[in-house]
Amino acid sequence: MDARLEDPVAAQMAAQPGEAAHSRRQNLWWRLASIALFFGAWEIAGRVPINLAFPTFSATVAAFFEMVGDGTMLKAYGLTLQPLIVGIVLSAVIGVSTGVAMGLRKSVEWMVAPVFIVLQAAPVAAVIPMVTFVYGIGLTAKVISVCLLALPVIVLNSYKAVANVNPSLVAMCRSFLGSPWQQIVKIILPDASPVIFAGLRLGIGAGFVGIILAELLITPTGIGDLITYHRAVANYAHMYAAIASIIAFSALTLSGLQWVEENWVRPEKRGS
Amino acid sequence: MVAVTKLRAADRHGEHMASLESIISVRGINKVYPGQVHALKDVDLDFPAGALTTLLGPSGCGKTTLLKIIAGLLEPNTGDVLVKGRKVTAPGPERAFVFQDFALLPWATVLRNVGFGLELRGMAETKRNEIARRYIDQVGLSGFEDKYPHELSGGMRQRVGLARALAVDADVLLLDEPFSAVDEQNRRKFQEDLLRLREIERKTFIFVTHSIEEAVYLSDRIVLLSRRPGRVSQVITPQIDRSGSPEEIRRDRAYLDTVEEIWQGLRQFVD
Repeated sequence: MDARLEDPVAAQMAAQPGEAAHSRRQNLWWRLASIALFFGAWEIAGRVPINLAFPTFSATVAAFFEMVGDGTMLKAYGLTLQPLIVGIVLSAVIGVSTGVAMGLRKSVEWMVAPVFIVLQAAPVAAVIPMVTFVYGIGLTAKVISVCLLALPVIVLNSYKAVANVNPSLVAMCRSFLGSPWQQIVKIILPDASPVIFAGLRLGIGAGFVGIILAELLITPTGIGDLITYHRAVANYAHMYAAIASIIAFSALTLSGLQWVEENWVRPEKRGS
Repeated sequence: MVAVTKLRAADRHGEHMASLESIISVRGINKVYPGQVHALKDVDLDFPAGALTTLLGPSGCGKTTLLKIIAGLLEPNTGDVLVKGRKVTAPGPERAFVFQDFALLPWATVLRNVGFGLELRGMAETKRNEIARRYIDQVGLSGFEDKYPHELSGGMRQRVGLARALAVDADVLLLDEPFSAVDEQNRRKFQEDLLRLREIERKTFIFVTHSIEEAVYLSDRIVLLSRRPGRVSQVITPQIDRSGSPEEIRRDRAYLDTVEEIWQGLRQFVD
């Protein structure tokens, strides 16, 4: 360590981790400040009040803890998460493998690409009643709603990621005698992973839209049921608590995914 | 017709080198890219073992194309590449490539990048790391094993690319304009290090560049390629005493004369 520090370049590089940690801390403060500002504005807007159906932030938090306390929140999430997780896992597995296959083989691209390009452009909410018509109101219909929204963006991102892999890295792998399989696993997938993960983040976000749409449009269950019920009985604080909790849950899931990418897949992107 | 006589003259010029065993030969190489771009025309060349041969020529003369054909990364339309007398059509363990844009894995540390050729061959991690560390040291990057490429300067990145090519212990190193993305100061330092490295590593080098000075400074043999369609226009064997310091070499009479001679030879290809 000491020997390295004599070199000014090395010394400068050794200093970087501390700086990075410092800027990360500052970053965190800004984020917290922005969240505090948002909740503050909400509280004031609720107190004015801008609308009879618009509760204050504090009332919403109180309603949230009340629902956590009496178990309704837990029960609702149990119902919502089941089709959501099944749908997202299916979309991720099928979506990434289809997209990668499209990027690797022209024939797959020609066969599959138009379907997903149309699906991505389609207003899927209009299709969901049709899904109910065919698959009823059970788990299947909800899983399909999630997949309809999540799949296209995952497929198309994975496809573009693989199609735009750095050709020089592929040539490098070939010149150092990498097999076609090594080329996919050691070059193409890692090089494509940032765009694939961006697709997964968008896809999972869309999956949340899908499940809530399904719960509002097909049959009220889980979080969708909490929203519909409390709206019907004019319990606006409870309705907002349900809405805010699913938004927060979705945001946390996406941050978790980013954490996985930075720590397990592309470590060089950490802190940058 | 003019080209043919020049070619013969070139052969005579390089005769004493040809007496050395040639490790790589190319025979009758033609390469036409889609759209009727004739990149290489009837190229015959021998690369003597242990020598550093430079392919020099104006941009677009097909020198990189020729190097990639030798590497097995491109297929010629006609003609053969022989390595130690055996015809090859794909990359092989006897050749290692150094890329113009470095081609390092951005997600891998210097250590893993240098050992990547060995990793692809299935060598155990401890063994390949040991070899990688040796070559990292040899190219002057000790202490940077755990850095990622984006934390290094251009010159350092290309040192990683060179160490990766050295680590697989190929007989022939193919360098495709390795210094073109490196700044001038680092470029000179790198050239000096490459000369020093050649004394330790007994290898054959085939080097592509568009810099006349670089070619003369480094090479035992310089192949001048004509403008598209690229063909061999002249082979020059600089007789430069490289025992002195880099400054002495750059002021050496033979060095300066050779640079001038090549410039006169290439002039005709410049608009």
